Amino acid sequence: MIRLENISWSSGERIILDDVTLEIASGSYAVLMGSTGCGKTTLLEILCGLRRPTRGRVWLDEVDVTDLEPRERGIGYVPQDLALFPGLRVREQIGFALKLRGKPAGARVKELAEELNIAALLDRLPDGLSGGEKQRVALARALAAEPRLLLLDEPLSALDEAMRGEASAMLKRLQQQHALTVLHVTHSTAEAQELASVRLRMVTGRITVESPDLRGA
Amino acid sequence: MRLNRSNACWLALAIITAGYVVFWLLLLGATATYSTPDSWLRVLKSPEIRQATWLSLLSCTAAAGFAVLLAVPVGYLMSRRTFRGKSWLDAALDIPIILPPLVVGLCLLIFFQTWMGKQIESVWAFTYTVSGVVLAQFVVAASFAIRTMRGTFDHLSPRPEEVALTLGCTRFQALWHVALPAARRGMVAAFCIAWARSLGEFGPILVFAGATRMKTEVLPTTVWLELSVGNLEAAVAVSLLMVAMAVLVLVVVRSTGEKL
Repeated sequence: MIRLENISWSSGERIILDDVTLEIASGSYAVLMGSTGCGKTTLLEILCGLRRPTRGRVWLDEVDVTDLEPRERGIGYVPQDLALFPGLRVREQIGFALKLRGKPAGARVKELAEELNIAALLDRLPDGLSGGEKQRVALARALAAEPRLLLLDEPLSALDEAMRGEASAMLKRLQQQHALTVLHVTHSTAEAQELASVRLRMVTGRITVESPDLRGA
Repeated sequence: MRLNRSNACWLALAIITAGYVVFWLLLLGATATYSTPDSWLRVLKSPEIRQATWLSLLSCTAAAGFAVLLAVPVGYLMSRRTFRGKSWLDAALDIPIILPPLVVGLCLLIFFQTWMGKQIESVWAFTYTVSGVVLAQFVVAASFAIRTMRGTFDHLSPRPEEVALTLGCTRFQALWHVALPAARRGMVAAFCIAWARSLGEFGPILVFAGATRMKTEVLPTTVWLELSVGNLEAAVAVSLLMVAMAVLVLVVVRSTGEKL
């Protein structure tokens, strides 16, 4: 479960997040909508631990993680630009988290690559991948760390209409197969309708609830 | 064909650029034709010049290596973090660039006369030694290497490092596994710039390490020593050797930039 308690964040005089309080139940697929620059990415970064809130606490599964480093939170993060590691082959990208933990990567990398249909790309570098392929690699890389929570920042924005439907179905399937709680940021109402079990909207630094199965303020 | 205003502007810019390049080619051409290849070879074969060449190659490589070792962490810090007093620190890092070279040498010389400097000298001697040559080159070259590394990290998105943090990296591991491999071109460029800068360093070496033949003499000091005794032929030969080395460094920078 994700619980945000009175989260605020400001940049100089500008208030980006204003006293956000929110609970998202475990296993939910939450979609957060809002206009550009309204603070959606900032919220994801606070959840990841990449940004420290000016005020408030972040709870994951009843544990206060506000003071924990990103690596201690068990969160998978796929940013909007996907941020694949330059110069690393797909195999190394997916095995990155496993290698860090000193775990054997080979079999798990293959398994994830097959699950995401990128087994044929394992020896490619990021520059040789299409937008859709990069997105799958970024997802596989995040899933290899076995996160409890997956944060997706506009993951379908670089895909054309034909690929979006397929990618949406894949995200839903992955969420169910890996028993993940997902927070997916998007501009698209269609994406929210297709994927969300919980719909949220951010307006001027505050979150409003558009579906009934959670509490927000 | 009638020139439109835009083409006339480009033509004017091309003439200015060509004029500058031609000016430099004329300078080099005049220097190269001052003496003959036979006399260059004779000069370059002399034991003093060979010793100075080897010392230049070794000291420049050492200074550039140390400069990159310093430039990577400092450049990363300056690129990735915002903190109070950063603009002052930024200015302080440029001090060796703006200081007159002789002043850098003088500062080094005076520092090693202080209590702290003497303590360091008691462990490892710098004043009027080969180590002093490397230190004098390093002090100036490091500033250029830091500028280059900072520019490199500024151009690299911090996102991959942030993702690495969520995947289990510490900040140091993110730097080591993600930022450094991505910054390899910048590291090569920083090394080459520091190396080239060290090769041309003269003032600080002269003041701090001296110009003792077969001991602390590097190529720029050779040019000065030869000029001071009126041996223009030898000064020209050594100058041309330095030009060749500088061109080689430029070629390496360009080719590694394209390959990496």
